[in-house]
Amino acid sequence: MHRRTKPTLTWADVTPRDVFMNRRSVIAGLAATGAMTLAGRPADAVSAAPSKFSTDEPKNTFEEITSYNNFYEFGPDKADPKKYSKAMTTDPWSVEIAGLVDKPGTYDLADVMKDQPLEERIYRLRCVEAWSMVIPWIGFELSGLLNRVGVQPGAKYVAFETLYRPDEMRGQRMPILKWPYVEGLRLDEAMHPLTIMATGLYGDEMPNQNGAPIRLVVPWKYGFKSIKSVVKITLTEDEPPTSWNIANPREYGFYSNVNPKVDHARWSQATERRIGGGLFSKKRPTLMFNGYADEVSGLYEGMDLTKDI
Amino acid sequence: MPVADTSDIVLRCNGAVRGVPDWILYIGAAAYAAWVFWLGLTGGLGIEPIKELEHRYGMAGFYFVIIGLAVTPMRQWTGVNLICWRRAIGLIAFFFILAHLLVWLLLDVQMLSAIGKDIVKRPYITVGMAAFVLMIPLALTSNNWSMRRLGPVRWRKLHKLTYVITILGCLHYLLQVRGFRLEAVAYTVIIAVLLIARLRMGSAKKS
Repeated sequence: MHRRTKPTLTWADVTPRDVFMNRRSVIAGLAATGAMTLAGRPADAVSAAPSKFSTDEPKNTFEEITSYNNFYEFGPDKADPKKYSKAMTTDPWSVEIAGLVDKPGTYDLADVMKDQPLEERIYRLRCVEAWSMVIPWIGFELSGLLNRVGVQPGAKYVAFETLYRPDEMRGQRMPILKWPYVEGLRLDEAMHPLTIMATGLYGDEMPNQNGAPIRLVVPWKYGFKSIKSVVKITLTEDEPPTSWNIANPREYGFYSNVNPKVDHARWSQATERRIGGGLFSKKRPTLMFNGYADEVSGLYEGMDLTKDI
Repeated sequence: MPVADTSDIVLRCNGAVRGVPDWILYIGAAAYAAWVFWLGLTGGLGIEPIKELEHRYGMAGFYFVIIGLAVTPMRQWTGVNLICWRRAIGLIAFFFILAHLLVWLLLDVQMLSAIGKDIVKRPYITVGMAAFVLMIPLALTSNNWSMRRLGPVRWRKLHKLTYVITILGCLHYLLQVRGFRLEAVAYTVIIAVLLIARLRMGSAKKS
């Protein structure tokens, strides 16, 4: 029998989008819990609070951030770090803190991170090679760690050093740079709230090719200042040597702040290409201090940034 | 007998070279150029395809310049004679460098106003542009009519520019390497050996 029915449902009966989306997230949450018991770890392995310092610009994808890297310890090609960094052992990991501090010593990674509040910091990253990305780092402010170990009055600079382990880091078997990679900051730069030690990205632990398990991120400086896989932090009185400056002092200064007005010796720094735009990607203007001028320009008052590069 | 074996291989090589008409080289090079461009469009050149495409065309051009330079020394050292391909090798080098230049101009730098400034201000671009400009008369005079018009003496003299182009091309490559790279040393050594070999042959002929 065919029964004719009059539709009684109206648009008011449709489940609103946010409600069913919410239901989905509940299901996803349940699934994640299941995954946690199965794989022994939740989908979002690292929980981190949001930060007022985060940009709302569209983020680069995980694939882009983890497939296009400069990490010469694994080879000079952008694809090398992803290919070869799996060989690096990151657990156990310790960081030696030395120099002008009250509590020097070799700290286990868990000890380094102890009591440091993790935040998600979505930062722009501007490479000295005139390309850029937007990366959701997870990390804590370096100042928190330095305050914990106690900076002595004579300290004016912070020196950093990357792991040197040629049998696991194939690029180090070649003299591309003087190994180990070293970097440095002035103490006030290191203590700035934008300066973080990052231990993760995209809600998970740091991938090896991005500098696992712990790296520096200084968003207003060219990317090479943000040293990866840090094993040593030394507080010093004198300006420490830095790797690219040793390799080519004319092209890479100690400060290396992002500055569209000061060109690299071989190319312009006025514009940059945001990664992810494909073959016909347009260039965009580079911002002073990579767009963090309001926060950091005070650090350089009275300095001639065309000379102190 | 080893000597007979070697000459046998040489004969076979030379037979093979004669058996392959040069238009096959042109089609092969064009197919490679189109294929790499297609890879760039479809994500096959990695996360940042513009620099990669520029680099691939540039390196292809560089390789053909080196191969072109190697034709005569190879004949002297091994007896293998690629002379009937040499025009194609040279023209293919020219077209790859032209493609390299176009990618740089249209996809990489994008702003025509910036290009002039770059050529003057950046030594590696100055050198690269100079090499390209010097390639133009060689490409234009690579046809039979120009060869007849110029006559063998003048034509050879003009085409000695290849040596200058190779040195400028190598310099262009070396000037943009970051850090110490073994490949850079290898290309420089290969080019130096080939140039010295050719200069020696030239002076040996004169004396």
